[in-house]
Amino acid sequence: MAGGQERILRGRIRSVQATKKITRAMELIAASRIVKAQQRVAAAVPYSETITDVVKDLAAAGGSSSQSPLLAGRAEVTTTAYVVITADRGLCGGYNSGVQRAAEGEVKADVLDGKSYALVTVGRKAEGYFKFRGYNIAASYGGFSDSPTYAQAREIGQDVVARYIAGEFDRVELVYTRFISAGSQEVVLRPLVPLERATVEGGDGKAPDAAGTPSDYEFEPDPGTILDTLLPRYVEARIYAALLNAAASEHAFRQRAMKSATDNAEELIKNLSRIMNRARQDSITTEIMEIVSGAEALSGGKNVKTIDLGPIADLGSSN
Amino acid sequence: MATMQVELVSPEKVLFTGEATQVITRTLGGGEIAFLPGHAPFLGALTECHTRITLVEGGVLDVAVHGGFVQVAGNTVSILSDIAELGDDIDRNRALKAKDAAEELLRKEHDAEAVSALSRAHARLSASGGIVGTSQGAH
Repeated sequence: MAGGQERILRGRIRSVQATKKITRAMELIAASRIVKAQQRVAAAVPYSETITDVVKDLAAAGGSSSQSPLLAGRAEVTTTAYVVITADRGLCGGYNSGVQRAAEGEVKADVLDGKSYALVTVGRKAEGYFKFRGYNIAASYGGFSDSPTYAQAREIGQDVVARYIAGEFDRVELVYTRFISAGSQEVVLRPLVPLERATVEGGDGKAPDAAGTPSDYEFEPDPGTILDTLLPRYVEARIYAALLNAAASEHAFRQRAMKSATDNAEELIKNLSRIMNRARQDSITTEIMEIVSGAEALSGGKNVKTIDLGPIADLGSSN
Repeated sequence: MATMQVELVSPEKVLFTGEATQVITRTLGGGEIAFLPGHAPFLGALTECHTRITLVEGGVLDVAVHGGFVQVAGNTVSILSDIAELGDDIDRNRALKAKDAAEELLRKEHDAEAVSALSRAHARLSASGGIVGTSQGAH
């Protein structure tokens, strides 16, 4: 019976060791992908900075002529859409649940206010979570959470903008995890459509010319038309930046989760080995006892002359 | 010789940045436009086109730009494009096939999708060494 316990423990140790190898591999993969994801976040910055600049200048120069609903917003907001960005896979600690909880909180607040909502889920985890709980999902995307491309951001952007213009949504918010550094990320809620006044205002509609003195822009075609083609691009760029941030955060979360899983596995292996060694020692002791007492029992029936029991009998009486 | 700074930026990365003496591109409905150093501040929406950047160190950088924007400010020309491909990276065979397919489709019906596919193919072919075997020739 004691040998059986030892075998069971050996099996458990082997299985924990196998799990540890997997979590260690996932940790290393996630760590190497963080760097790549960070580079992609950085590579997207020049485009979004320039496009923000252009939007500001255009809004200042031709803002009055532009009737773009993306800029104006709606007087009465009844439906708020939340673009919820999570991962496609689990095993990344509290990454998915953090975003889901934030989105769910916003939705519940809207419902309490008597307003309606819609969810646009990005990543299979969010889709599963909200579908299971019976939330109203307007659209869902997935399959690219760890390395999103601009084409995917554009698909989401076009869909969201089309629904907004059609009046299905009155406001669109982004819920995602912002990547600050490999050690810190935070769940944020950012307005997407209509565009924030703060991001649009601040431009003076002028730019330095070659000599450095501010002067008016020339436009081709007119500012309103440029703005109308530019604003959807701007929304797409914002979504793309959010997707990249989310991907980098996902890798960081996964690396941390897998690191602690590996540490836990190590701890477990250590404890189990101790228990196993003790069990083995116990079983060896028991076996020796059995042999000794067996030999004793056998010798008890034979001639007493062959074994000298004197000292043993003395020991027994002294105990 | 006067020069200016040129940046060609796509959402995923900066495709090109450097000194140039001339940039030729095509605005939405406005035809081709060339920027020389010292150009006045300018904002324009671009159509699918073959953009040419004349480099300071000689030679011309050919780029197929599939829509986007151009901003000229302070002697810097910034071209923003969702999709832009450097001439050397373009798969000519694929572009030729796309052009033929689009032309085939246009013979049957007028389709907005096919029109833009055709202009994309033209931009690619023009940027990667000229359009051969087409009635339109290079832009």
